[in-house]
Amino acid sequence: MRSKPIILVLLVHLCLSFLYSSLATSPGSSDGFTINGRVKIPSMDVKGFGLPGKLSNVKVILNGGQRVTFLRADGFFSFHDVPAGTHLIEVDALGYFFSPVRVDVSARYPGKVQAALTENRRSLIELVLEPLREEQYYEIREPFSVMSLVKSPMGLMMGFMLVVVFLMPKLMENMDPEEMKRAQEEMRSQGVPSLANLLPGGAGRSS
Amino acid sequence: MGMRMAIRVFLPLLLLLASAEHSFSLYEDQVGLMDWHQQYMGKVKHAVFHTQKTGRKRVVVSTEENVIASLDLRHGEIFWRHVLGTNDSVDGIDIALGKYVITLSSEGSVLRAWNLPDGKMVWESFLQGSKPSKSLLSVLINLKVDKDNVILVFSKGCLHALSSIDGEVLWEKDFSAESIEVQQIIQPSGSDIIYAVGFVGSSQFNAYEIDAKNGELLKHKSAAFPDGFYGEVLLVSSDMLVSLDATRSSLVTINFQNEEINFGKTYISDLVEESSRNAVILPSKLSGIFAIKVDTFSVFIRVTTERKLEVVDKINNAAAVSDALSFSEGQQAFAIVEHVDGKILLTVKLNHDWNGDLLKESIVMDHQRGLVHMVFINTYIRTDRSHGFRALIVMEDHSLLLLQQGAIVWSREESLASIVDVTTSELPVEKKGVSVAKVEQNLFEWLNGHILKLKGTLMLASLEDIATIQGMRLKSFEKSKMTRDHNGFRKLLIVLTRAGKLYALHTGDGRVVWSLLLSSLRKSGSCENPTGLGVYQWQVPHHHALDENPSILVVGRCGPNWDAPGVLSFVDAYIGKELDSLDLTHSVTQVIPLPFTDSVEQHLHLIIDADHHAHLYPRTSEAIGIFQNEFSNVYWYSVDADNGIIKGHDLKINCIGVADEYCFDSRDLWSIVFPSESEKIIETVTRKLNEVVHTQAKVIDGQDVMYKYISKNLLFVATVAPKASGEFRMVTPEESWLVVYLIDTVTGRILHRMTHHGSQGPVRAVFSENWVVYHYFNLRAHRYEMSVIEIYDQSRADNKDVLKLVFGKHNLTSPISLYSRPEVITKSQSYFFTHSVKTITVTSTAKGITSKQLLIGTVGDQVLALDKRYLDPRRSVNPTQAEKEEGVIPLTDSLPIIPQSYVTHALKVEGLRGIVTVPAKLESTTLAFAYGVDLFFTRMAPSRTYDSLTEDFSYALLLITIVALIAAIFVTWVLSERKELQEKWR
Repeated sequence: MRSKPIILVLLVHLCLSFLYSSLATSPGSSDGFTINGRVKIPSMDVKGFGLPGKLSNVKVILNGGQRVTFLRADGFFSFHDVPAGTHLIEVDALGYFFSPVRVDVSARYPGKVQAALTENRRSLIELVLEPLREEQYYEIREPFSVMSLVKSPMGLMMGFMLVVVFLMPKLMENMDPEEMKRAQEEMRSQGVPSLANLLPGGAGRSS
Repeated sequence: MGMRMAIRVFLPLLLLLASAEHSFSLYEDQVGLMDWHQQYMGKVKHAVFHTQKTGRKRVVVSTEENVIASLDLRHGEIFWRHVLGTNDSVDGIDIALGKYVITLSSEGSVLRAWNLPDGKMVWESFLQGSKPSKSLLSVLINLKVDKDNVILVFSKGCLHALSSIDGEVLWEKDFSAESIEVQQIIQPSGSDIIYAVGFVGSSQFNAYEIDAKNGELLKHKSAAFPDGFYGEVLLVSSDMLVSLDATRSSLVTINFQNEEINFGKTYISDLVEESSRNAVILPSKLSGIFAIKVDTFSVFIRVTTERKLEVVDKINNAAAVSDALSFSEGQQAFAIVEHVDGKILLTVKLNHDWNGDLLKESIVMDHQRGLVHMVFINTYIRTDRSHGFRALIVMEDHSLLLLQQGAIVWSREESLASIVDVTTSELPVEKKGVSVAKVEQNLFEWLNGHILKLKGTLMLASLEDIATIQGMRLKSFEKSKMTRDHNGFRKLLIVLTRAGKLYALHTGDGRVVWSLLLSSLRKSGSCENPTGLGVYQWQVPHHHALDENPSILVVGRCGPNWDAPGVLSFVDAYIGKELDSLDLTHSVTQVIPLPFTDSVEQHLHLIIDADHHAHLYPRTSEAIGIFQNEFSNVYWYSVDADNGIIKGHDLKINCIGVADEYCFDSRDLWSIVFPSESEKIIETVTRKLNEVVHTQAKVIDGQDVMYKYISKNLLFVATVAPKASGEFRMVTPEESWLVVYLIDTVTGRILHRMTHHGSQGPVRAVFSENWVVYHYFNLRAHRYEMSVIEIYDQSRADNKDVLKLVFGKHNLTSPISLYSRPEVITKSQSYFFTHSVKTITVTSTAKGITSKQLLIGTVGDQVLALDKRYLDPRRSVNPTQAEKEEGVIPLTDSLPIIPQSYVTHALKVEGLRGIVTVPAKLESTTLAFAYGVDLFFTRMAPSRTYDSLTEDFSYALLLITIVALIAAIFVTWVLSERKELQEKWR
């Protein structure tokens, strides 16, 4: 994981509940915090917005689907009204693998947060989420090569045959003529069929 | 010698080559060969047209599946689409500044702006408020502040004005202290004043006059209407509202712009003779006119200049009314769509002139689409510069259609975004004489195709050729035939949707073969709120009765409650015709397909009602006869998650007090009560009923045998600490735990219990053979985990001694009773898993021989195939040589996510809710269907297709090889002949 200069600060601030005088009566939403962060995909910087369709469908998911938000054009996202505690943020971007991020929102010290990638336990000083790796969903089709043809079962069959046809006679030639004769005699006496014997027409003549 | 050596060398090489690749992986050009993907949105709730500017004409819609989408008005294709979170339902949409789509969602707390051309989110505002209320959204087009449109949102008891450029709050006005239920935000055109009107209590009407520029309260008026109000108010002209009184017997007009608020009361019976008390005001925003629905007909009422109400027309047919649309200088029109004998009649009328029809078109409509539920109109300029109208209509079956010039321009089957249940049906057998053969390619074409393919592999093909090859592969006639195939790849997927419509989809290409709007699941007088529960295979003709069509049982319920009476429908699976339907007198809580069939191959089903009676279907004496024989073998269980009780039941006698021989009383056999202060049931899973297990024995280390404990009656139960079951992750690891159980549902015996301390739900689990895999959250590590439990039968463990088997000293033939205490041992292991999981299922094959893969629906709406071998309790850090040979993978702390093993490859099944696997006839292959807002189907081979040639097998290469071999044989023959001759001459 490359470390990149971090631009943005994770802000978790207490919502200004005192602005809403009536909120005092309903504690339900007054203790909410806001988590702000940014998703940074390297190719976004390199290619600009060359992949608009892909990146406009990036989702940021809090706590396994409890809340879902989307990225703004600059990659920022925020979750509002999040209660204090430990949360999990996941980024869903097709083609990229993001580690879920553990975010601790502290109630006692407003503004103090901790974030860490759960995959490699690397803690983040700022909530800038970057993919751990790109995901390639397809096998790369190897370009045609003679090797692949040779490696295929049929190629192997042919190769083996060629070896038998052309190399075996060579091997036999290199043998000592006397030994060769002995071997041939041995073969005849045992009646091992030669290649010609196996073929129709050849069988009758050799015997 | 040489031969042997060669075999020794080549065989492992061959095996190595065969096993090198991942078990599921795809080349990019194979997309669409075995899979198909369809995108939907759900039933449309709101629609906004964007057709003013030149360029692509669009309609932006929001749906009941929390989708917002921009559609091409010409073809109905999706330009862009966003699926919001499950509890982020859309309350309103509008267009601001001509380039932003504004959506209000999450009960009015989230306001977002999306860029209209590409769907990127521009800004997002979070609106705070204190009390739940109606959510209203309006974009003030007329009020321009520095070229900015002001967006008015009323939500959570607070009125917000926001800038549409950046979503900044301009001003706020809090009404929560006033305890007013704001009903409408009104902005009279051409003024800077807005009105917020609503009720306090049931009879006090309040109106607030607010400066739109700064939110200053200008005036507050209040008046009491002693009769009280019912329902909502509707604005009928710039200064007049209409509502119903509390008894729903009279219409109340409210005049709020004068110094005093005036009420006017008109009895509905004075307007409509045959009136009833069930009047409803239709929410269509018209001006000077409004519609009410009394009984079955719609009544249009005009407001005269003297503020009197007067009936202009009465429509007896089912009808839908659009909002008013201003189309040229000061003129407003609206559309009415009504059903007139089998056709639908679209009428566009001017607001102020009832008799001046701008448009009257009659369109033939498939009656399977049901009634018109909603209509949205839009105008365009015809070539002769007059105004034409197009209408977007939403039908009862959730389909979306665009009507223009008396024809349906396009239609979308949006019902498929809300699938409730899935089953499959075989296709008809190919018969002789059926003219399928003539379409099939002849040998020459077949060979030609393969030569082309060979050219492709040898990189000799031109671009044109490549296109032809791809086209040929995708449009293979084979895969979309309407007959059964040898491999069992072609089937019908029968899906039941929330609209109460049943579809048959072809597995080859995903097309709709037939669809049927079930009459039993349509709203009617006796059945107010029908909901579909499930589909079951009712009649599956066996080999000897192939001329009969299979049929499907659809089970539904007349309302949201458990005790609502049930409905049954029987549908022919080939032609999609409803054969029969039954309105049940009892409720439906459980449907148990029994493993018995009668003489016409109808499956016996037991339906359990809310009073724990069991009802047998089909209701024939033959079925009773079969059932009586198996009477004492029927057991089932029920889970009461609220009270933490699991009960086992069996049948007792015929129902007492009811003269119904198909009704049986049940009795409780056992019950397990979980302590409510420490455990709450969050998930229960059993094995799939139709799962096939090939072998019960598992060979370990090459010699040892373990017997899998295979029982159809095992139940997996997961409970968590009650504190941890509510809001997600609001507990410390010390106060949360997850307890999992394996329970025998016949005896109620707990076979296994395990506690995961510091863990919590949600739990997703899958049960297959003798193992269960479950996914949960580990709070200590703060990561998701997956665990596996395998259960083995220990009582038969000593049967592995061959001598004992030979001398008959084994206990294999001794009767197995569930009442004897089973000696089982369990093995378990846990691993980390990166993602949240929406659903887990497992592949299933015809004979159960092929190894299994888990199909995991991730939070990113993808489906990941994970080999079961990764979830094997025998994994260890350093497996022995024997274990390695067996395929035991060394232990790692987390499960691998290999991008190539995403079954959905680069696609997403948005809003994923379920995955169904069906075995093909070919043992190696399983069919997988994932559904949510989108549909995805694929064919997969968990251990590769070992029993058939793959799709990309090159026949041409095989032919060439054979030809070359034959040629070589002849050459060598001639050579050896010659050599022999020479030898003889010597």
